[in-house]
Amino acid sequence: MSGHHDIPVYRRIGATPAPSVRTDQAGVVIAGAGPVGLAMALDLGRRGHCVTVVTRLDFIAHCSKAICFSKRSLDILDRLGVGDAVVAKGVTWNVGKVFRGDGQQPIYQFDMLPVKDQKRPGFINIQQYYVEEFLLDALLALPNVEIRWGHSIEQVTPRDDGVDLDILAAGTDYRLTADWLIACDGSRSTVRARMGLDFEGRVFEDNFLIADIRMTHEMPPERWFWFDPPFNPGKSALMHRQPDDVWRLDFQLGWDIDRDAATRPENVEPYIRAMLGGDVEFEREWYSVYTFQCRRMARFVHGHVIFAGDSAHLVSPFGARGCNGGFADIDNLGWKLDLVLRGKADQRLVQSYDHEAVLTADENILNSTRSTDFLTPKSPASQALRDAVLELAQDHEFARPFVNSGRLSTAVAYPESPLSTPDEDGWQGGVAPGAPVPDAPLGDGWLLERLGDDFVLLVHGWQGEVPAGLCVVATQGAAARRLGLPAGAACLVRPDQYVAARWMQPDRDRIGAALSRANGGTPWPN
Amino acid sequence: MAELRTDVNLSGHDDLYAALLRLHEDRTEAESLKIWSRLVLLLANHIGDAEVVLQAIALARPGGAGADAHPADATGPDRMPEGRGQ
Ligand SMILES: Cc1cc2nc3c(=O)[nH]c(=O)nc-3n(C[C@H](O)[C@H](O)[C@H](O)COP(=O)(O)OP(=O)(O)OC[C@H]3O[C@@H](n4cnc5c(N)ncnc54)[C@H](O)[C@@H]3O)c2cc1C
Repeated sequence: MSGHHDIPVYRRIGATPAPSVRTDQAGVVIAGAGPVGLAMALDLGRRGHCVTVVTRLDFIAHCSKAICFSKRSLDILDRLGVGDAVVAKGVTWNVGKVFRGDGQQPIYQFDMLPVKDQKRPGFINIQQYYVEEFLLDALLALPNVEIRWGHSIEQVTPRDDGVDLDILAAGTDYRLTADWLIACDGSRSTVRARMGLDFEGRVFEDNFLIADIRMTHEMPPERWFWFDPPFNPGKSALMHRQPDDVWRLDFQLGWDIDRDAATRPENVEPYIRAMLGGDVEFEREWYSVYTFQCRRMARFVHGHVIFAGDSAHLVSPFGARGCNGGFADIDNLGWKLDLVLRGKADQRLVQSYDHEAVLTADENILNSTRSTDFLTPKSPASQALRDAVLELAQDHEFARPFVNSGRLSTAVAYPESPLSTPDEDGWQGGVAPGAPVPDAPLGDGWLLERLGDDFVLLVHGWQGEVPAGLCVVATQGAAARRLGLPAGAACLVRPDQYVAARWMQPDRDRIGAALSRANGGTPWPN
Repeated sequence: MAELRTDVNLSGHDDLYAALLRLHEDRTEAESLKIWSRLVLLLANHIGDAEVVLQAIALARPGGAGADAHPADATGPDRMPEGRGQ
């Protein structure tokens, strides 16, 4: 389509013709076919809902943005049926190392999978366009999902029971009347702007150069980060392996630079050669400069318009919390909207998405803000503190946990969730209500594989009567241990794999009450 | 004689680091120096063992841990950490 010639194409799809009627109708509309919109469509589509995705471009873009996908995202993608494809293509890693100066030994290192024996690794690296493609392929198999490529939302008019959208498709205007709109239209969200909603936060004064290059190079599959390396003195650098012999190099540039000039090959290549050696052979994939912001909307639920992904919150890339945070959103929203659409839960269940997704966004913003503050000290005092930490970390263990090159994305707990039933028994450790179920070997497979798209009661040697329609899964060994369930105990797990309640001595009435609470107060069974 | 601990003896590192940054927000350099000094004196008194504080002073001084040369001055050509090719 016209007007997007500057964006490189990974997979061309072609524009969908405008509907023949001037006013069209839809159930759930998703704005934007980025990774978050596609995953949202897949979750609701797999649950049988009619979903219409409206998206501006008519192709999958080639510019790789996200590369690091967390274990939690892989667990979500597993539930959506695309985990195997993504992991098979990706580069698996668990360990991150931080170097200083020309030091050969890391001054700090971390393991993103401290508890071993889980189905998925701590992280994989994979180009965002592959993730989008796998999600799209899964969606194309669903007859109840329609994607309108090359359709741009121009105007948004909320109603009490839905929303009207004015859409432009190849020069033709039409109106789409929808029951629900999920705005996954990215950081410059049209929906957010047209509704006049806020997007508050901080902008950081620094520039980072990304050079994605293709080369054959041997290095363990790990995240390597440098403070003050000889090839970028006084600044930082990051190196990551991606599939297809593609490498991401990331160089801190500082604030006062000519951003257009910075991405010209003659200016990028000296950085690459300084890092990898003057005679290194490589091909350019993608050079870009980014600055970043940490901000979010005050609320994500506005009647029948709900925001998810970058439209709702933005973080700096250090910590890989952008797309991973967006997947957490759709995972949280999918089952709630499903129950509401099927008339099985009151609409206030969707309000709990506001509580939980805002909490997740805040934790992501807090962590990525702190990482950014460590990377780009703003005053002589903060610079001195940062440099002192790095110096001391060289020889002294105590200083190492202060080293912050990005705290990478993990699942966020909701300790105060309105959907959780607070503990009554005297629990020591284990997985408290509002925290996600950890994976563990179970039988021939894995605990998380036994959780589906619905509520599940995980029991350890308990056999009693449960509310109608509730699925029961028996645990033992490592699974029961990681959950902290003694013999005779049980925990209730939400469709997004979060614990809603737990009991030393469960009984049907209390399980029923917790189910109803987790269902937004609607009695169960329903 | 008590020994200065240099193993990890704290939790909540990121919270503490953020609190230290906040302490210096919108301060001049002279104010920051004063703030650092007040903090050191408070902590030294809390430790309550001059021997330990003196060991910390020795470690903190230039030439102590990792502090001898600014690494940017010690630039070697194109050096990558070893461990490639494993
Ligand atoms: C350099 C860089 C590195 C990153 N690395 C990571 C990482 O390693 N891990 C990670 O988790 N995240 C990372 N991120 C963040 C990640 O890329 C984003 O969080 C992610 O793309 C957000 O997905 P989204 O679907 O919410 O939005 P987007 O990907 O922005 O998609 C929005 C979609 O909406 C469409 N759209 C926009 N306006 C309209 C309209 N009016 N009508 C119809 N359609 C519209 C757009 O065309 C697009 O398809 C990185 C980001 C950058 C910049």
